[in-house]
Amino acid sequence: MKILVAISKVPDTTAKITFKDGGTKFNEDGVQWIINPYDEWYALVRAVELKEAAADTIIHLVTVGDASSDAILRKVLALGGDEAIRVNAIPGDSFSVASEIAAVAKEGNYDLIFTGKEAIDYNASAVGGMLAELLNLPYVATATKFEISGNTATIVREIEGGEETDEASLPLVVSCAKGMAMQRIPNMRGIIGARSKPLKVVEPTSVESLTEVVGFELPPVKTGVKLVDADNVDELVRLLHEEAKVI
Amino acid sequence: MSVLIYIDHTEGQIKKGSLEALSYGAALARKLNTTAEALLLGTVKEELSTLGKYGIAKIHQAADESFNAADAQVIANAVSAAVSASGANVVIFSFNATGVAVAPRLAASLKAGLVAGAVALPETENGFIVKKTVFSGKASAKVKINSAVKIISLNANSFGIHEMGDTTAEINIVDITPTENKVKVLSTELIKGEVPLAEAEIVVSGGRGLKGPENWYLISDLAHELHGAIACSRPVADDGWRPHHEHVGQTGVQVAPNLYIAIGISGAIQHLGGVNRSKTIVVINKDADAPFFKAADYGIVGDAFEVVPKMIEAVKKLKG
Repeated sequence: MKILVAISKVPDTTAKITFKDGGTKFNEDGVQWIINPYDEWYALVRAVELKEAAADTIIHLVTVGDASSDAILRKVLALGGDEAIRVNAIPGDSFSVASEIAAVAKEGNYDLIFTGKEAIDYNASAVGGMLAELLNLPYVATATKFEISGNTATIVREIEGGEETDEASLPLVVSCAKGMAMQRIPNMRGIIGARSKPLKVVEPTSVESLTEVVGFELPPVKTGVKLVDADNVDELVRLLHEEAKVI
Repeated sequence: MSVLIYIDHTEGQIKKGSLEALSYGAALARKLNTTAEALLLGTVKEELSTLGKYGIAKIHQAADESFNAADAQVIANAVSAAVSASGANVVIFSFNATGVAVAPRLAASLKAGLVAGAVALPETENGFIVKKTVFSGKASAKVKINSAVKIISLNANSFGIHEMGDTTAEINIVDITPTENKVKVLSTELIKGEVPLAEAEIVVSGGRGLKGPENWYLISDLAHELHGAIACSRPVADDGWRPHHEHVGQTGVQVAPNLYIAIGISGAIQHLGGVNRSKTIVVINKDADAPFFKAADYGIVGDAFEVVPKMIEAVKKLKG
């Protein structure tokens, strides 16, 4: 089985989000970059588990980014994966990223494509679905469990107020959410092994974005908390009812 | 030219998020001086013409019952056919389990720009600009859609459900043949009697301060009294005290209820990102220095084990 895992580079979850150039650009000063948690903890680790269960499995990793993404790719190679592919372009919107990954996917003839549920920067949850459409493959979004038997995958996915169990044949695109696998930390053997694994750079097909960010805003700052005494809980409930009008 | 809203449904019921999408689509159509139309694939129990009260002029229904269990690809193909037939240039989805799977497919097939997770009506004075949350709620972005057809999926609880009056919608039965269904639903398990977190207007959330899963009755009792949903912080889900789908925060669910009550949660930056679109935030924590108080509207510095039972009593008294 051949698996492609899509990887995205995002600001660390603890990063303070600020903007520059009149609120039109994300301020990257001092920002630590990490592998998008959904791509790393769930998509990649589940792919590695599948490889551990079936040794002839091949895992390729793909990202769209400039050379600054290479450090991230070495880290994902250290966690597992046989080869990384970097499409040499500054990522545009979900459609342009999905189009670039689709071009790589067509070349590689993969049985299974995993993405994270969403990237924690733009939160669009769109690349997996777009990729599936561009490749004319079935798509299961926000999967929390993935099992495979022969050519048939059984997948549990989140729905409003519960979950759904699906069945689909490979090839297939799946976006991965919490529950798919447990986070791992790369070990020394993995880190050393990653140095000699192939990291291919391919040129983009340069599909244009359909959308563009024209400005950012930070959420309004709260004006200050109104503290109520712990012995006067009735007063809190009164305020929620009469002042905030939320209960 | 029109705005087309996709009506999502389950077990014969239109989802609450779709009522919000209908209200949003109708308001957008008024702003663009065009008509709001909706699309229903499959069948529901509700009388469709009554959806006119949300400002919808016309409802296209493809009544083939196999649509009731259709996968994202089948739905996207059918919506695409309806977009061509109706000449819609804006398509609205809810940013929910269906929208998250269907809207990107449709966007890629129509080469239509998608804004997923919109929180406000588009600005149309200078292009078509839609505000959405980014960085998991830590900020918002204004995204300009440059394509001819535009797709928006709307975040839950960001626009509200608005009735416009007693008008009825025209029903137009359309003939769309479902394409091959490649993802088969084997089973669906809904947690009965609980309010779905993403749609909830009131959320009661617990953290490590509750000391252990055996104390979660405090959270669920209060949630029950308020008809709210139950949530938790990440450490609580990671430790297996509560299921993952209740985890609110940057790598969990992002919520925007009218009222978010955080009990025994310190308020790490990743958690705040997931809740800061809540209208009112109440924090109950015995540590007066907990960072969550800075993001709160109301707070009590006190022990959850003393405060929460009193709060349950006070709510009971209020509701009579």
